[in-house]
Amino acid sequence: MRKDCKEKEGTALHKIKMPFLIVALLIGLVVSITFAVTLGSVEIQPSTVWKIALSHLPLVHPWIEADWSKGEQTIIWEIRFPRILLGAVVGAGLSVVGVAIQSLVRNSLADPYILGVSSGASTGATLVILFGAFSMYGQYALSFGAFTGSLVSILLVFALSRIGGQNSTVRLLMAGIAISAILSAITSLIIFSAPNEHGIRSVLFWMSGSLAGGKWEYLTIPTLIVAICLIVLLAQYRSLNALLLGEEAAGTLGINTVQFRKQLLVITALLTGVIVSISGAIGFVGLMMPHIVRVIVGSDHRRVLPVSALFGAIFLIWADVIARLAFAPEELPIGIITALCGGPFFIWLMLRSSYSFGGSGR
Amino acid sequence: MNLHVENISVELEKKTILRDVSLKVRSGEFVGLIGPNGSGKSTLLKSIYRALKPRCGFISLDGADVYELSARQSAQRMAVVRQESSIEFDFTVMEIVMMGRSPHKKLFQSDTAADSRIGEEALERVGMQEYASRSFFSLSGGEKKRVLIARALAQQAEFLVLDEPTNHLDVRYQLQVMNLVKTLGITVFSSLHDLNMAAMYCDRLYVLSGGELVASGTPEEVLEPGVIRDVFGVETEVVTHPGTGKKHVYFFSEAVSSQRQKVKA
Repeated sequence: MRKDCKEKEGTALHKIKMPFLIVALLIGLVVSITFAVTLGSVEIQPSTVWKIALSHLPLVHPWIEADWSKGEQTIIWEIRFPRILLGAVVGAGLSVVGVAIQSLVRNSLADPYILGVSSGASTGATLVILFGAFSMYGQYALSFGAFTGSLVSILLVFALSRIGGQNSTVRLLMAGIAISAILSAITSLIIFSAPNEHGIRSVLFWMSGSLAGGKWEYLTIPTLIVAICLIVLLAQYRSLNALLLGEEAAGTLGINTVQFRKQLLVITALLTGVIVSISGAIGFVGLMMPHIVRVIVGSDHRRVLPVSALFGAIFLIWADVIARLAFAPEELPIGIITALCGGPFFIWLMLRSSYSFGGSGR
Repeated sequence: MNLHVENISVELEKKTILRDVSLKVRSGEFVGLIGPNGSGKSTLLKSIYRALKPRCGFISLDGADVYELSARQSAQRMAVVRQESSIEFDFTVMEIVMMGRSPHKKLFQSDTAADSRIGEEALERVGMQEYASRSFFSLSGGEKKRVLIARALAQQAEFLVLDEPTNHLDVRYQLQVMNLVKTLGITVFSSLHDLNMAAMYCDRLYVLSGGELVASGTPEEVLEPGVIRDVFGVETEVVTHPGTGKKHVYFFSEAVSSQRQKVKA
């Protein structure tokens, strides 16, 4: 009896047509971007948003009549647009990397920061903010410091997990936890010995994540990396699926698991490093989105990957809207919003009997 | 598809698990591997399906060294149904079966109508066609095993490796699974823990004990009380069943027989 109920639910959810879902989400994304741009201290009409956006396209702009003020132009094009697009890219990237890492370690409770990337990035960023490290890179110093930190941490984790030959999942996780702990301690030590109060506040703000740094010139690299990684992962959706059955099983299905896992590690490190270095360690998105998406479309990565990316993009746009407006003109770190959404969401997930973390409730 | 295993030895953490094992499975045969727990059955199978490279020796499928093949090439020749490891993520039955098509696919290539037909046919052959859109988790042990066999069929390999396919199954499902494998008409090499299942279904048997092959031959040759006493350490009586003409092994328990003697006395 109980089995039948469960089955009905499962089949109904899986029957949602993919093209329909993708189109609906794309429309949702465009609508979200539009409204997110209009919201803020200065009211702006949705039509103005797109007129200004289209006026920047090379072929279309002669057809657009400029009926907006210089101020609106600056607010929309220079401030809000890049920030909101960055939110979409970061949200999509975190969700995609969440899917990848959960497949890599075969655990639906893994999040992108489990391999210590965010701790390394925090250490780097703290050094930059408090002690002005990497000042030769000017405005890119913070991103550079954070990226260097995440790179160092992932290399340490990888090297540690390889000691003694077998590069098993458990060793990878243990190394990640160890390196995370050490780097977090170092970060705390740096903060503790910091010369100024204001700097400490900036560090805390950065560590909870924020899209406030969104500028056009910061957008290209993350967008490219997220797009490339998403395509590379989609191309190998079969391998990702097979890996969920276990490494040995994947091997018998024709997947070169050693090579594929290495590739996944590189993708994870690169994506997380780039994202964290630009927006700080925004929590819960990479953990939460794949879960929501699996409830809707099942575990097949051909569906999970694109749907997660779109969901994540839309979610983070709105989380950022709340972060900007909730206590305006004061701005909240976006990590507070995502955690406030994520915590209750997980409790709800826990209380739902038919779904227990990827369905392993036996 | 012919399997040749020549003089392989496997060591794990400086302990010898398999010593100088050689065996052959000829095209179309159903060959069983029996032996007590810890005798190295799973290790031998893992060596064959490339999960554990032997320290020395040679394993070939139709003459090709399995460790020289790519993962893809090997999966096109050999399908494996392992003892189910815990799967954390839920898939539908059809999704699991279609994973069998992986070794025939390139990057980006999605499933064609022909692939879907192969998947449906595979499910039909194991009698699970009505479960296609069910969640894999919702299935019973026997149903799961049949789905995994369907995945192996979708793989269209000519050689099937099974690791204790009847483990944890009720007797009805044990028979169902074994009947199914027997009628597939492909070459099968399977470890089995149930000696009577081995007697009933296998063309030939290999007996593994302490990492070494100690006996081989038809079930009639291998299953006799002396061999079983040496390898499994139990007393048995082996008779030929009048109905099937197959060997049947009866086990004796000291506890039970001494109790009976006491009652008699």
